[in-house]
This record gives sequence, C-alpha cells and structure tokens, in this order.
Amino acid sequence: MQAVIKTTDLRKTYFLAEPVHALRKVDITINPGEFVSIMGASGSGKSTLMNIIGCLDRPTSGNYLLDGVDVSDLGRDQRADIRNKKIGFVFQGFNLLARTTALANVELPLLYNRSKTSREATEQAIKCLERVGLGDRMDHHPSQLSGGQQQRVAIARALVNQPALILADEPTGNLDTRTSLDIMGLFQELNAEGVTIVIVTHEPEITSYTKRSIEMRDGLVIDDRILPKPNDARHDLKNFTSVTSL
Amino acid sequence: MKIWKLLEAARQSLLKNKTRSALTMFGIIIGVAAVIVMMAMGTGAQRNIEERISTMGTNLLIIRNGTNQRGGVSRGAGSSRTLTLEDADAIRAEASLLEAVSPTTSTGGQVIGGGKNWYTQAQGVHMDYLFNRSWALSEGAMFTNADLRARAKVAVLGSTVAENLFPDQSPIGQNIRIRNVPFKIVGLLEKKGQNTFGRDQDDLILVPVSTAMFRLVGGRKWVNDIYASARDIDDTDAAMEQITEILRREHKLVDGQDNDFNIRTQTELTEMLTSTTAALTQLLMWIAFVSLIVGGVGVMNIMLVSVTERTREIGIRVSVGARSADILTQFLIEAVALSFSGGIIGVLLSWGIAIFMESSQEMTMIIETWVVAAALGVSVSIGLIFGLFPAYKAAQLDPIDALRHE
Repeated sequence: MQAVIKTTDLRKTYFLAEPVHALRKVDITINPGEFVSIMGASGSGKSTLMNIIGCLDRPTSGNYLLDGVDVSDLGRDQRADIRNKKIGFVFQGFNLLARTTALANVELPLLYNRSKTSREATEQAIKCLERVGLGDRMDHHPSQLSGGQQQRVAIARALVNQPALILADEPTGNLDTRTSLDIMGLFQELNAEGVTIVIVTHEPEITSYTKRSIEMRDGLVIDDRILPKPNDARHDLKNFTSVTSL
Repeated sequence: MKIWKLLEAARQSLLKNKTRSALTMFGIIIGVAAVIVMMAMGTGAQRNIEERISTMGTNLLIIRNGTNQRGGVSRGAGSSRTLTLEDADAIRAEASLLEAVSPTTSTGGQVIGGGKNWYTQAQGVHMDYLFNRSWALSEGAMFTNADLRARAKVAVLGSTVAENLFPDQSPIGQNIRIRNVPFKIVGLLEKKGQNTFGRDQDDLILVPVSTAMFRLVGGRKWVNDIYASARDIDDTDAAMEQITEILRREHKLVDGQDNDFNIRTQTELTEMLTSTTAALTQLLMWIAFVSLIVGGVGVMNIMLVSVTERTREIGIRVSVGARSADILTQFLIEAVALSFSGGIIGVLLSWGIAIFMESSQEMTMIIETWVVAAALGVSVSIGLIFGLFPAYKAAQLDPIDALRHE
C-alpha cells in the first residue's frame, strides 16, 4: 500500500538573525485511511510541518513524497496544482470568500482545475455540500451561516476535488465545544468512508477523537502512537446535549 | 480558470465598493471624454474650413502667370504675362486628367444700368468657369460657344451687382454698360457668399473671355489665370504634371529654364488653412491624453489598495490551487473592467457634450468612429498597463503570509 505522506529526514531552517531550526529531523509515514492528529505547543514546529505537508512551503532538506510523488523540490505553480488536486485544506478561521455563496465557495478549487467544466464543477460542489448536510444552505453567504456551518462549507470545499488528503489546521479553534464535537463527528464519518485526514491541533481532547497521535516538540517528533479506542464524537455530542439540558 | 467566472468575480468586487469604483472610473471618464471632444472639435473645425474652400470650386487647379525678371529686377508674381488663350486651348485639348478649362481675364470698371451705377470686376471667362467654380445660375442662361466665337456683348451678373443695379426687378434682358461698352444681360448667378478670406464672391460680372480681351481691355494678348478642374481629386498632382508639360512646350522653355507660370491647387490651400487648426487640436489632444494617463494612475492606486485589502482572499485562492497566472489574470481583468467601463461612459459623455455644443454653441462637432474605437482601445490598454503592477504584486504574494494576514 502506497503511503499518502512519507517524509524522510525532513528539515526546515529559517535563516533569520540566527538560524532557527523549525524542523530538525522528521520522518513520518501516513497511510491511506488514517486519521492522524499532530499535537504540539506553539513553537513546536507543527505549523511548519503542516505548511510543508500542505505544499505551501518547501523543506530546506530531506524528502517528502505525497501520494508517491516527490514534491519537495517543485516550483510554485506545480505546488499549486498539487494542492488543487491532492490536498483539501480546512482552516481555523474557515477562510471562506465573504461575498460569495456557499456553493461558489465550494466550487472555488474546481475553478482552478483545468480538467473540469463548470457544469461538472457545480454538480460536484452540490454533492459535497449535501454530504456535509448543507444542501439547503447553498445560496447563503458565509455571514448568514453559523460558525459550525461555515466550517462545514470549508470541509465541503476541501472534499470537492476528491483529494488524497484532508489537512485541517486547528479546525475547531474558533468553535464552541458542542460545535467542535459536531465537526469532529463529521471528520470521523468522512474517515470511516475512507478519507485520509490529518488534523493539526494543540487541544488534547481533539486528539482523543483521532486514531493516531503524533506529538512534536522543538522541531522533533517526540511521540507517535496509535490510539486503539478513539472516542466517538457523535456519542459524546448526544451526552453533551443531555448534560446541558439538565 | 473559466473566463465567465473571472468576469463575474471582477463584477462582484467592483460592485462591492461602488463609490470607490465610480471615483476611480471618473478619472478615465474625464480623460476619454476630453480626448473625444477635442478630436470632435478639431475634426469639426477642419470640416468647416474644407467646406468653405470647396465653395471655390471642384478639384480646382489655378494656373497663374509666373515671375518676370528684367535686367535682374523681379517684377513680382503674375508679371510674366505669358499665359494665353492658346495655352488654355492646348490644355483643354491635351490634358486628359482635366475636365473643364477656363481662361480668365479680369478688369475693374464702372458699370451703368437700371438708372444706377456700381464699380465691380468684369471677369472674362469660358463657359467651363461655372463648372470650375461649381457655380449655378439662378436665372437665365450662360453665354454659349457661339457668343465666345463672336465676341458677343452678353453678360451674366453676380447677385451683388444685380441687387445694386436692379434691386426691384429681374435683370434678365436688361442692358448695361461696362466701361461704356453696352452689354445685354442673359443670366444671373446664384449667390455664393464670402470666400475663405472674407471677399464677396458675388460682386462680379461674367462676360465671354474673347469679348473681355478685345472689347474691354483693348487687344490684350495674355490672360490672368487659367482655371481647370481635375477629373479626380487624387489625380491633382498628375494633372499638374500634364499642365506643366504642355505649358513648357507651348512656351518653348528649354531644360534648366524655370517655369514662367505656377499652379496652385485647392488641396494646397486647404492644407495651408487647416494646418493651424490641426496644430491646435493636436496640442489639446495631448493635454486630454495626459488627463487620461492621470486617470490610469488612479486605477493603479485603487488596485494596489484592493490587493492589500484582499490579501487573505488571495491566500485562500492560492491555497486551493490558483497559480500565479490565475491571480494575475484576475486582478488584470478587474483593472481593465474598471478602465473599460470608464471608457464606455466617457464615450457616452463626450457624445452628450458634442450634442450640447452643436445645439447651444453652434459648433460643428464630428465624432468619427475610429476615434471612439481608439479611445476605447486606449482605455483598455491603460487598464492593462496600470493594472499590471498591482496584479503582479498580488500574484507574487506568499500563500502562508497571505493566509495569516488579518
């Protein structure tokens, strides 16, 4: 089975006043169907790792194979194409285009996909919005949606190109506990359908819903373990509701 | 990236900041309108001059006597007195590019008729003169070839002369005396008005050139001018060459000897009179063009602001797979949409101004299609040129920084 992510001796150094070693030596392999959380405090290097995994940045040295393709030395436009086809991003601040509808936001990645006609794009986008349960909100602008709904739109956008990997950066950081559970439940569902998901977070509770936890500190992976029995977000959400209704 | 989506995105982003877009467009609107209005005024003025010159005649060539020198003393223009009726006949017979030739001789004198008198010019001409000058009769008929051969004492009056001698009656059939020679009036010329230089063109009497030469000026052998019309305006230069060739032969000029005549064309006159207008128009055009450039700088300014404001949007687009070229195109299209819409409104505005000027200021305004097309083309180019730098800046943004931008 081919790994979705395989990094070998990945290093990233920022040459500021004195060199900052954001990543010292990172070797990670993530296989299809995994649901991984990358944990770490601020300054641990997890954001740098996410940028490199997301093809937004390049490593100083080392190799990174994404879906079997070496992307460590690709140019700007080639990385843009890789991001378009292989990676779906979900951000902490949702990062939706404010003055466009939910549907247009979800269509956005397909706009830059040269192999899709705009009819196909619209059909695909509608399917993805229905998948995240927003089939009836397609014409709403982000400002007319709740935080949880906005994040669902973002997830639909991440799914729309059927990427090899969904990369979520603190996806619940701007959400209340209840909505966080709801979003984690959606991620668990998607993972159950076979989508590979990597979540970068600093909240241990979020980690408990994933199947594997990687912990980073000072640019190094200090812990990498399988979680044999992750919590069920849907179940917790139900209990959570009953607690507050008391 | 699909072009319709791009245009739609541009439309949305321009409508988002209506006031700002409108103010930015304003610079382009003023610039485009100014350019078109200046051109319309210039073309209008030129057309006016051309129209007035065309009252002189049709594709006119005027052959004049040249300069005569005697003992090193130049006698001035027209002093050579070498043009004759025979020259005119030769030109009429041989110059294939001409269609009407009229020798003219002019003499001033007191005219008596209808119990009044008037000082005017008696012009001896050939019948072709009417064609040369695109002149028609309002009454009566022109004298004939037979009159010409017979040196008949018949005359055709200009309207000014007719008004002064016969204010209350038709002059046709009346008798007048020019320099005491009796003439019978056979025709009345249509009113032509002033020429380009303000001279009354109707203050004259036409008589057969033969009559004028042998009965009015007393056996003169030479004529003042020979009027001729080119068959086609484009043949004017070739016709000039034909005339030169014929006259040099007739006058027995050998190689190296200067022409003893010169030829003026209507085109020359037009060019002379329109050159000042053209220079002024050009100056105003440049000023208008500068205001268009300033409008372009406004577009650049607003696009730079827009790029900074929308850094996060750019980050989002790049993160989902937009290439540099996609971002560049998006912002360029926005800049061009801005300047092109301004251009269209500017065209409409200039149209309104032209209508206003024509009705209230009685100015001739001519908006030519190519000027409108060029103005629109320039407004598109201005959007491209001044939009390029902001668009390039947007395309070069680092996605990580752009996503973090607040």
